[in-house]
Amino acid sequence: MTSTEKSGWKSLPMGGVVLEAGSSLKYKTGDWRAFRPLVEKEKCVNCLLCWIYCPDSAIVRREKWVEVNYDYCKGCGICAHECPKEAIKMVEEAK
Amino acid sequence: MTIVGLTGDEAVAYAVKQSRVDIVAAYPITPQTIMVERFSKYVADGEVHTAYACVESEHSALSACIGASLTGARVFTATASQGLALMHEMLYIASGLRCPIVMGVANRALSAPINIHGDHSDMMGSRDSGWVQIYAENAQEAYDWTILAFKIAEDKDVQLPVSVNLDGFIISHSMEGVDVLADETVNRFLRLRKPLLTIDLEKPVTVGALCLPDYYFEFKRQQAEAMQNTRGVLDKACREYRGVSGRSYSALETFEMEDAQAAIICLGSTAGTARQVARKLRAQGKKVGVVKLWLYRPFPTEEIRAAAKNVEALAVFDRAVSFGAPYGALCSDVVSALHTVEESPKIFNVIYGLGGRDIQPSDIELVFNEVLKTAQTGIVKEPTMFLGVRE
Repeated sequence: MTSTEKSGWKSLPMGGVVLEAGSSLKYKTGDWRAFRPLVEKEKCVNCLLCWIYCPDSAIVRREKWVEVNYDYCKGCGICAHECPKEAIKMVEEAK
Repeated sequence: MTIVGLTGDEAVAYAVKQSRVDIVAAYPITPQTIMVERFSKYVADGEVHTAYACVESEHSALSACIGASLTGARVFTATASQGLALMHEMLYIASGLRCPIVMGVANRALSAPINIHGDHSDMMGSRDSGWVQIYAENAQEAYDWTILAFKIAEDKDVQLPVSVNLDGFIISHSMEGVDVLADETVNRFLRLRKPLLTIDLEKPVTVGALCLPDYYFEFKRQQAEAMQNTRGVLDKACREYRGVSGRSYSALETFEMEDAQAAIICLGSTAGTARQVARKLRAQGKKVGVVKLWLYRPFPTEEIRAAAKNVEALAVFDRAVSFGAPYGALCSDVVSALHTVEESPKIFNVIYGLGGRDIQPSDIELVFNEVLKTAQTGIVKEPTMFLGVRE
């Protein structure tokens, strides 16, 4: 999210009150990632070690492989480090 | 007119009683204790419909007040010195969550060494906590400002906590004749609180959610704006209060400032002594004046500029030390207010009265003579004078 999408101080509710229930679902926290994990589906054996180790539940299970939810992934690289098949590569976001 | 004999603390308690407060949570501490002690008697005697929470510390007291205020209740607490210091964390939360809590503070020195007497170290240490700060000169003012404080705090454009400060012992424990308003008069002036948010099961809200770099700044900007809004709201409330009480209040009070060459600026009870000395010096033909700030936060910059327009020299009295700072807190603010003014007066700082050290008319006369000398020569002899300390 860029700052232009967010309300200014004049229109935000007073004192940081959140007026809507469940609004945290709209709050995406993966925008400060420096490295992006890329999963090579062919190498993935669906062992789910990455799914277990991910500190942010950002690994999404598919039937035969895993994917990453980039809305929440912070790019810590633990998944890539733990993967026994080297199926996850960390690629710099800028590239 | 009804004149009642009340100490400063009792005057605050009486005003709180008439302000129809829903909840009081407090912890006793000298010299504030009488405020909450007297109020607890009103509760025990069934004179008020207030829930009174006895808590285990000042930190808990203000925490309870914040929760209560967020439900839409009118809330009061009181403290002093170490108690205010223990509340420090919660002071910022009260203002950040925009809780219009009113707090009586019987100003007292901070340890160490331990001391129970009056100075402004406690509230000056909480200067930037986002609370509106009002300083009373006597019991009458403490009474009037407490009622005014609720009106100002709860205004929709303010929604900030307000502290009503009175010098420990000098005001808190001195009995004076206080002209109190009739209950109905206070009721008409101060309606029940109309909270902007209340507890509504159909419309749940989240208070105190985490606010990261992408939002926090905006909420601080809101607070800065609310603090500035306080100026207009306070003036309007004071005009209305004058109508019901006949007593005039505003951000500051000036004495003989129209043609004063030399003046003293101070807070609280010292102003009374300063005016008395100024009267004496005026009779001798010396052009001196006094500025007393009722409102310290938000700082009445424009009013200070107007009051100091014609003076050649100023002594600013601080009853607290800001260790290592160029001046005490009040003096720093006065210097800031006047530095953009053409031909700003010569200013020096007087640190005085720490730990309840008495300030005598002779002390103030000495300072007036020094300010007059500064006005004549244009030279500040010492930027900071420690008045009444043994060498």
